[in-house]
Amino acid sequence: MLDFVQQLVSGVALGCVYGLIALGFVLVYKATEVVNFAQGDLMMLGGFFAFTFIGMMGLNYWIGFAGAVAAMALFGMLAERVVVRPILGYPQFSIIMATIGLGYFLRSVAGMIWGTDDLKIETPFSQGVLRIGSLVLAYDKLSVIAATMILCTLLYLFFNKTTLGTAMRASSENMLAAYYMGIPVKRVVSVVWAISAAVATCAGVLLAPITFIHSNVGLVLGLKAFPAAVLGGFGSIPGAVVGGVLIGVIESMAGFYLPEGWKDVAPYLVLLAVLLLKPEGLFGHHVRKKV
Amino acid sequence: MRFLFKTDYEDDIKLFPHSGYLVSYGILLALLLIAPFVLSSYLMSQLVFVCIYAIVGVALLILTGFTGQASLGHAAFLAIGAYTAAYLQKYNVPFPVYFLAAGGLTGIIGAMVGFPALRLTGIYLVIATISFALIVEEILARWESVTHGNEGMRVKTLSLLGVTVPRDSPTFYFLCLSVLVLTIVGTLNLLRSPTGRAFVAIRDSETAARSMGVNVALYKVKSFAISAAITGFAGVLFAHKLSFISPEMFTLQLSIEFIIVILIGGTFSLHGAVLGAIFIVMIDPFLTYLKDDMPGMIAGIAATFGASTATAGNIQSKVAAFASLNGLKGAIYGIIIVLFVLFEPLGLYGRWLKIKLFFQLFPLYKRATFKRQKIYVKSERNR
Repeated sequence: MLDFVQQLVSGVALGCVYGLIALGFVLVYKATEVVNFAQGDLMMLGGFFAFTFIGMMGLNYWIGFAGAVAAMALFGMLAERVVVRPILGYPQFSIIMATIGLGYFLRSVAGMIWGTDDLKIETPFSQGVLRIGSLVLAYDKLSVIAATMILCTLLYLFFNKTTLGTAMRASSENMLAAYYMGIPVKRVVSVVWAISAAVATCAGVLLAPITFIHSNVGLVLGLKAFPAAVLGGFGSIPGAVVGGVLIGVIESMAGFYLPEGWKDVAPYLVLLAVLLLKPEGLFGHHVRKKV
Repeated sequence: MRFLFKTDYEDDIKLFPHSGYLVSYGILLALLLIAPFVLSSYLMSQLVFVCIYAIVGVALLILTGFTGQASLGHAAFLAIGAYTAAYLQKYNVPFPVYFLAAGGLTGIIGAMVGFPALRLTGIYLVIATISFALIVEEILARWESVTHGNEGMRVKTLSLLGVTVPRDSPTFYFLCLSVLVLTIVGTLNLLRSPTGRAFVAIRDSETAARSMGVNVALYKVKSFAISAAITGFAGVLFAHKLSFISPEMFTLQLSIEFIIVILIGGTFSLHGAVLGAIFIVMIDPFLTYLKDDMPGMIAGIAATFGASTATAGNIQSKVAAFASLNGLKGAIYGIIIVLFVLFEPLGLYGRWLKIKLFFQLFPLYKRATFKRQKIYVKSERNR
């Protein structure tokens, strides 16, 4: 039983990271109907930025964190401007390929700049553990869970309660109509990319004590975030986090209770099952096809 | 300029619309046939890889280019073909039999993937095919009684009708070339048949295709099966060429390379598969060439512009250090993909058509002829 709870908590913590990356997918998808295959790589880059600020320049953890988030938000806008904006309105496949290319580029450049070793960021909560009875919970894992909950709530409120959030949802439904209604669609898309890059950075920095940062971390985790996003229903913010947590728990349970090998495959089996049985996911809307 | 007057459907579906095609393809085929006696053994080896990549490119074009179903899982089909060949070879099955068996098995698995894919479109299909490929990769690594897991499998030298064909012999090249030519001719015939017309109709509008009486589900599954089977054939050749296969050769990276093949070549014509394959296979030797010769060249240029010997040497070592950075190949891949998507969405073959049209219409060529239409109105989600 204790093993079970321990596995559950580490699964939830891992799942929150998947959830945060999936959140990035969902944000961009909600606003522009584009799937950003470079989301994991944005996370990796955010982690490296934070490492530069905290590990190499010796800044305070929180200042470095904020600096990395701000820098990555700008980078997200830049990436949108250069890669995505010229091809908005073309078939999705072009944009998927463009973001795959962007991901390739970011991975290699990060490898060139920061080397291929695993890097570690010293965090205020990387050492301590919380003991409840005989249950041992590491602070770094708890911090991921807490941060995910906070970010998810903030983004949910942002999308549903603020004017900018409504504008984003409108431009996602129909860009042209949104433009006619006076929404500056280009700027909205740009802001969405900034937000999703910032969220990715949070994931990267929080992940740093758990899995370390290396140039391929984005690819590995980014691929695991797809099942999360699909399970939650592509396009639902709470869905992304719930999906992420479920995938994390399934993965960690499969690693503990099933023979070796199942751990890596389980998320994708779940993904295929979801796509077959309930393609709209747990929280997605079922859309009728119009002719 | 030549005007083709088509007076009936038979004119429209001719394999060679006019005699110019016969001449130019005849010359190309002749050049390819004398290639082994002219080119170095390294270039011949690259040429074999061009053939294999082009076969996969054609397979992917049938599925992605002509039926509109994106797939990032073709490395898995290639792997299934390669492993089937390697496994059957252990039991002394002759080449023609396991060649066909590999294609058949891959085709059946392709159809099995196609069934679930019926319900999926766009990104969901991409994600599902990625998952399929990852699962296959894991199975290959774990099913040790058949695949020998991560240790990989040796592939014995090919023997065809009692004659051994080493993997770097001209005969092997001719084998690959003939499979490629057969695949291309077969695909051209397929595309001008009712099946091919149905594929294109599904790509352009599923709803319209259905209302014209096309059985969308059946043709999608057919497209998956045909594409997978052709990739399976390529897998057999791939296994023989490498003479050793292991699961880490068939990663997502390879699937992405196949997509790059058709993206760079052009997704609307079979020429694209071949051009893209040449590009992707030749980029490696080109980069090696750059790595070896660029530093000296740049230093030479600097010296002619009056830089002192010391500065030139300095520049040379800096450029050499940059050229030998680890991730340079990935970065160049990434830039190439993005540049092609942004500026040359029709690929290399599209560029060739543009240049041809430019000279045919000179001086009346308009850029807008090839402009794509942007659609902001309709959400792909509601399709």
